[in-house]
Amino acid sequence: MAYDKFNILNSTVVPLPTENVDTDQIIPARFLKATERKGFGESLFMDWRYDSEGNPKSDFVLNDPTYSGKILVAGKNFGSGSSREHAAWAIYDYGFRCVVSSFFADIFKNNALNVGILPVTVSPEFLEEIFTEVEKDPSTKVEVNIEKQTITLLSTGSFESFDINTYKKGNMQNGFDDIDYLLNMKDEIVAFEAAKKI
Amino acid sequence: MEKKTLFDKVWDAHVVKSVPDGPDVFFIDKHFIHEVTSPVAFLNLEKRGNKVLFPERTVATPDHNVPTIDQEKTIKDQLSRMQVEKLRENCSKHGIELHDLGTDHHGIVHVIGPELGITQPGMTIVCGDSHTSTHGAFGAIAFGIGTSEVEMVFASQCIMQSKPKRMRITVDGELNEGVTSKDIILYIISKISASGGTGYFLEYAGSAIQSLSMEARMTICNMSIEMGARGGLIAPDETTFEYLKGKEHAPKGEDWDKAVAYWKTLKTDEGAEFDLEYKYDAADIEPMITYGTNPGMGIKIKDNIPSTDGMEGSNKKTYIKSLDYMGFAPGEPIKGKKIDYVFVGSCTNGRIEDIRAVAEFVKGKKKAENITAWIVPGSREVEKLAIKEGLVDILEEAGFKLRQPGCSACLAMNDDKIPAGKYAVSTSNRNFEGRQGPGARTLLASPLTVAAVAITGEVTDPREV
Ligand code: SF4
Repeated sequence: MAYDKFNILNSTVVPLPTENVDTDQIIPARFLKATERKGFGESLFMDWRYDSEGNPKSDFVLNDPTYSGKILVAGKNFGSGSSREHAAWAIYDYGFRCVVSSFFADIFKNNALNVGILPVTVSPEFLEEIFTEVEKDPSTKVEVNIEKQTITLLSTGSFESFDINTYKKGNMQNGFDDIDYLLNMKDEIVAFEAAKKI
Repeated sequence: MEKKTLFDKVWDAHVVKSVPDGPDVFFIDKHFIHEVTSPVAFLNLEKRGNKVLFPERTVATPDHNVPTIDQEKTIKDQLSRMQVEKLRENCSKHGIELHDLGTDHHGIVHVIGPELGITQPGMTIVCGDSHTSTHGAFGAIAFGIGTSEVEMVFASQCIMQSKPKRMRITVDGELNEGVTSKDIILYIISKISASGGTGYFLEYAGSAIQSLSMEARMTICNMSIEMGARGGLIAPDETTFEYLKGKEHAPKGEDWDKAVAYWKTLKTDEGAEFDLEYKYDAADIEPMITYGTNPGMGIKIKDNIPSTDGMEGSNKKTYIKSLDYMGFAPGEPIKGKKIDYVFVGSCTNGRIEDIRAVAEFVKGKKKAENITAWIVPGSREVEKLAIKEGLVDILEEAGFKLRQPGCSACLAMNDDKIPAGKYAVSTSNRNFEGRQGPGARTLLASPLTVAAVAITGEVTDPREV
């Protein structure tokens, strides 16, 4: 088992209404020097979180005690840029299990699912509604239900369905990953390779 | 017969199995690895008690984190040194071909793959680096993957991928003077936006694309990811075959003829359908530069930075935040902005053609006083050619110095960092906040534009020098 499974997540959220949050902001390149996966949560959003002297910037949401939770809600086109899985690790290790946005970059989405973070794509209107509600009341909770594939804003009761394919859904619910699957079909792969010309 | 796109032909030939309502089990022909995104994959592989299934299908080089001076000495930075040492250790343990620092074919992974002829038409290629899309220039499906997927390729030579949608971008007509392939791709991204390609795999087509050299095609495919696309490819043709012929890993003799016969079938069938198409006229493209903090924020050098008219909500907020970071105001001209650094290098524009273009441009001129210039070849091969062709002498006379190959200031993991607040015009591919060092301000442009900026010390249209 590669990560903690989950079915229903019921949590307050951390709002980050910035658009095009790229992987270099999620985790700057200078933190990619590790040879093992350790301590990435501390470097999450490093340059937005701390000034050059290492003091927390009070205007950044992760430094604002008003907001906490296992769900990060971000502006459109989240996770663009590099393929560094470290970005997903940092988010997971910080304590998030779900990122909600109206649009995700492809590689990030794959990486997120591979490490056990659920990326939930909602409509721009629903995203705005979450931001508005959370701004009004930071204790607002959101429920993400993988089985039903729904995300619900508990204060208003409004909800949306989200897409996830049956295969990935099963993985998330069971905490399995692709490697388990691939290793099970090694013979088929070896035969495929043998038949290849290139 | 069913009409297929080039992308479909290559993709379908590599599906081992389709999972119902899930991804495809997708076979990978070639896997490139480097020191930054591989160590955790090796570690997890071993933790699970697995081996590299086909070690001969993986090729390694240290590039992201290496110094560009004194490469022959021990790396000073302890963490960087550990990553490079880990790569050596893992390669020798698992029997993987390594092009180490100081050896003949060391360089940026996306530069050496094509140089060695490892990259070939019809292949599937992955690497734990998003600019793997570069190899699409040869008619290969090439894209970046995360570390979990690197581990999957080690263990099974496959990854689980859902097939992306197809987009074709056609550029027809003749290019204006002073316009390079970098300008073409910056122009396209400025039209499609930094996220407009998400969910798609691109094919670049049209007479303007076909007229380009392999180097120039690589520059275009390299930046496919900057539109959010997984990758982009170009149908192989005589230019491609000519480039590959005789390369170390390219097929030889009878195998070569067989390969070329197959490669010639790798094109989109007449009438095959794309999910989305864009068409551009080469005559509309002029030298481009970026002014903001994503590669979609590009304009013609002669144009003004867009004003905020018509923007609202988080869109406007994000735009203003970006310009604030750059120290620019909406509506003002970009031309004439004072610049502190120029960087020629990276897997976008660190090939020999790029160094040639810069050398030719600065020949007999001197760089401006206020400019610090870094020229970093993409590989040892490029470095060797630059010396052999006398380009290094020309560059040195103009006040530039050639460093040793690596990613360098493209992502500033080593010491090559642009200081906070300073402006750099760069041939690389990303202008994100802090990409070239914390607080650094990056403007992306072609090697020609960068050369022009180096001479005048400010943002300049290369046609006006
Ligand atoms: S040169 Fe830049 S973009 Fe290319 S592989 Fe290196 S870091 Fe990535």
